[in-house]
Amino acid sequence: MPARAMWKADLGIGDMRIPVKLYAAVQDRSVHFRLLHAADATPVKQQMVDPETGEPVPKEALQRAVQVERGVFVVLTKDELEALEPAPSRDITVERVLRREKVDLRWFDRPYYLGPDGDEDGYFGLAEALAGRDSIGIAHWTMRKKRYSGALHSRGGYLMLETMRHAEELVRIESIRPPKSREPDAREIKLAEQLIATLEDKFDPAAYRDEHREQVLALLERKAEGKVVQFPKAAKRPPQRSLEEALEASLAAGKKRAGGGRGR
Amino acid sequence: MAAEPQTAAPEARAFWSGTITFGLVSVPVDLYPAVRSERVPLRLLGPDGQPLVRRYFCSADGEPLEPDDIVRGYEWDDGSFTTVTDEELDALAPEKSRDIDLRRFVKREEIPAELLERPYVLAPAGESTKAYHLLAQTMERTGRAGVATFVMRGKEYLAAIFAEGGLLRAVTMRFVDELRTPGDVGLPPVRRAPAPVRKAFERALAELERDDLDLAELEDEYSAALRELAEEKRAAGRDVVEVEEAPAEEEETADVIDIMAVLKQRVAGERREPARAGPDTAAKKAPRKSGKRASGERAEELERLSKQALYERAKALDVPNRSKLSKEELIAALRKAG
Repeated sequence: MPARAMWKADLGIGDMRIPVKLYAAVQDRSVHFRLLHAADATPVKQQMVDPETGEPVPKEALQRAVQVERGVFVVLTKDELEALEPAPSRDITVERVLRREKVDLRWFDRPYYLGPDGDEDGYFGLAEALAGRDSIGIAHWTMRKKRYSGALHSRGGYLMLETMRHAEELVRIESIRPPKSREPDAREIKLAEQLIATLEDKFDPAAYRDEHREQVLALLERKAEGKVVQFPKAAKRPPQRSLEEALEASLAAGKKRAGGGRGR
Repeated sequence: MAAEPQTAAPEARAFWSGTITFGLVSVPVDLYPAVRSERVPLRLLGPDGQPLVRRYFCSADGEPLEPDDIVRGYEWDDGSFTTVTDEELDALAPEKSRDIDLRRFVKREEIPAELLERPYVLAPAGESTKAYHLLAQTMERTGRAGVATFVMRGKEYLAAIFAEGGLLRAVTMRFVDELRTPGDVGLPPVRRAPAPVRKAFERALAELERDDLDLAELEDEYSAALRELAEEKRAAGRDVVEVEEAPAEEEETADVIDIMAVLKQRVAGERREPARAGPDTAAKKAPRKSGKRASGERAEELERLSKQALYERAKALDVPNRSKLSKEELIAALRKAG
């Protein structure tokens, strides 16, 4: 069943505009739990409570505040909060285009598909142009009262929009550099390169399944049927040898297995 | 800054500790998040300005509940529940899965961006950092990324391991069934666009092409505006509430600075020294209690956080199903995770 579009927008690149629809690319497959009152297995509910009196405070009496310093709050009124909300808009604007390798993947947060909404020529034309130039457009838009930044790129002929994290969110690890004295010796480097080469393959995302999720569901089913649940035992790790010995033994083991099945 | 005892900054707690196995080589690592939330959380106050706390009540009889009264339940289609304990869930993830087993290496560029979820830094954790440096340098020089699965906090993760600047980084990835295909979404089949249209877009792209990202474009304008408005009102003395029993706020910034300090030391191989923030970070350092907080106090703090702040924390701690959790469920989940 085709997914429903979350939002309709006008995508603008310079003077060019294309009508698009936005779709979530991620679908949630997690096993969801609810919090229950253990005694009677009914779902819990939450309420805001005055810690002094233990009395619940009704929703309409709640005030929203920003803590400006420990113990100092500034109350913001409903009107003030509404005034800070960005003005609604249908525009996705791209004002900066970068070569793909210029954008660190750590900025990317969540992928969405864009689909054509009446102008397929324009839609596929832009996808081809982005792919051909190996480029990413830095896009900005306002959706559901929130400002977003994102990366517009082409994937398999379609347009994708990846929301991007805020500037302050990435921890700047670039400043950390290991000291030069830590260079491993040439023999170890050679062995490590050989070992990586024996383990090299094409990336195949379909080779990985969330087995843990399947186990959780199986556990729940067994429990629901009233069966006794048995758990697997942890395996022991072999003792660590010297780095060079371990590399050599790994290579030898790899050769014996010669082209063994798709491991995980 | 409050005059709190601060002889040595507490070492940032790793989110996860495990072992990268690479053939028969074991590389012990600690995993730290490489993103943090900078959002300004909104707190809820009562009509008289008193900071409120969140409490659970039984939806059937309205009875107030303590954390010990609460269990996790899975809801079946018929509305019945099967409860499950943390011990049962933990037992599904045997110790073996604390390994990031690097059995597969691929070209870095083969890993698709849309599968990448959340970046982490892997810091060397063992007595010796030799194997860590060897692996990081070799992967970087050969342009290879590792692909592995591991279990963290009751959830299985697929991760890509990248090496950059001598550091190993892990980025958790979505399993392929968590990503819709264009067909699932109902997009029309790809077809060739008329050449003039493509060329017009190529010209438009070329005109907008720049050399680098402008970080100013990625600033969180809403949080900045919120903070600014609050500071303005405070300066004008409007709607300011001072609370004697100041609730302890989460010091995420301090944690992050400690992570940097930890990383710098670990990478340099100075394992045994306690983490200490460098002079460049000292000025920004927020007060933070040394030592462990009593769990009761920690629980209180959670009650005072906004749902957004709780969600951000749940995200950082990789609490499963967090986007579907209500505020009180987030608090309970964070208590369990913390």
